[in-house]
Amino acid sequence: MTDTLIKHAIKTAGTMLVFALVGTALLAYVFEVTRTPIENSEAEARIALFKQILPDEAYYNDDDDEAHDNHLLKNIIEIAPNPLLGNKTPTKAYRAKRHHKYEAVILEAIAHDGYSGDIKLLIAIRADGSISGVRVLAHKETPGLGDYIDITHSNWINQFNNESLAKTPAQQWQVKKDGGQFDYMAGATITPRAVVKAIFKALQYFEENKQVVFFDEGADKKEIKQKAKEKKKHKD
Amino acid sequence: MSIYKDITINGLWKQNPGVVQLLGLCPTLAVTTTAVNGLSLGLATALVMAASNGSVSPVRRFIPNEIRVPVFILVIAALVTVIDLSINAFAHPLHKVLGIFIPLIVVNCIVLARVESFAAKNAPVPSILDGFMMGLGLTLVLGLLGAMREIIGKGSLFSGLDLVFGPAAKQFVLTIIPDYHGFLLAVLPPGAFLGLGILIAARNWIEIRKAAKTNVPTPQLEPALSH
Repeated sequence: MTDTLIKHAIKTAGTMLVFALVGTALLAYVFEVTRTPIENSEAEARIALFKQILPDEAYYNDDDDEAHDNHLLKNIIEIAPNPLLGNKTPTKAYRAKRHHKYEAVILEAIAHDGYSGDIKLLIAIRADGSISGVRVLAHKETPGLGDYIDITHSNWINQFNNESLAKTPAQQWQVKKDGGQFDYMAGATITPRAVVKAIFKALQYFEENKQVVFFDEGADKKEIKQKAKEKKKHKD
Repeated sequence: MSIYKDITINGLWKQNPGVVQLLGLCPTLAVTTTAVNGLSLGLATALVMAASNGSVSPVRRFIPNEIRVPVFILVIAALVTVIDLSINAFAHPLHKVLGIFIPLIVVNCIVLARVESFAAKNAPVPSILDGFMMGLGLTLVLGLLGAMREIIGKGSLFSGLDLVFGPAAKQFVLTIIPDYHGFLLAVLPPGAFLGLGILIAARNWIEIRKAAKTNVPTPQLEPALSH
């Protein structure tokens, strides 16, 4: 009696194991197959977004030539948590380079004082401190009310193009309702307030930390040298 | 032949998962802010249901009764992950829109319900059809509810189509009510409950009228929750 019971239990467990193994194998296979396409399309989507706020093609030059290794995705540094950027974990800064000189940077900033949840922003700032463009990466603002900060809903975010701390004095960095110079839409002022503040603080961060943001670790140069060596080897 | 017809009618109308069985309400209520969102998730669910029914049915005799539910869930979860990864790899913009909802298909009880009540007892071909038709029935409800909420809430129809088919599809976005300022309630969760209520009432009304015509005394009004 107990024998058949044990046999039955083992058989059942075996069946479960077989299903688990087949399922795992299938998942491992699909994961392997789709990994490269997913990485590619993610990088592509990222570049497409970057090009909206930093259109100059020179920054996306993927040429491995010594003078032109300027690709934005290859010039990344990590930025430690900073209250001006609102990031609680290190974020990435993408530096745009031309002829070995940094000309702009794309920073991630987070506004914690939106209407609901954090608003994640991507801000492209030129070396002279002016804004090249801003996009909202992620937000949870009320659909149909506060979501006009998103470029898919309105052009509101484009009013920040070419703004800078030099052009607009600090007390003007507010929505019009609060005596500033930035537009907002009636019915939702908390959301634009948070965005304006976050952009203002990001510009402040940039002014104070230019050396950090545009710091050349020398690693780039090493890499270039190594690549040159490799090229020589190829020629030999 | 008639068994296939029955399965189709059951999935689309008689046992419609969205308005009769009332299974899978989580995506029904959450995703249907626009018609495109509703239709896309509905089709993804139909795909998962056809695939899970189709893969459980051939091996149904090997699955011991005691562990059938864990096995079913394992199969469904694996298939959903496969579809999630595939959409992410080959239709990336669509994945951006539906990304957070696709893993939720696993917990959509309609998928498990059809595997348990149909695929575990029937041959593969009818099972696949059942899964697909049930999914299509759900798609119908999701699409209708999405369209209702979008027209009332935003005054447009098929917005976001460009996210699925590329920028060229933007011209197909219809503006139903020009210069519309929006009716927020329809887009927010209460709109989903109200809209679904209206759809269920509409279906029941049609059934009652049909029953009255054929003189059947008491039409079955209660949603069939026998599964």
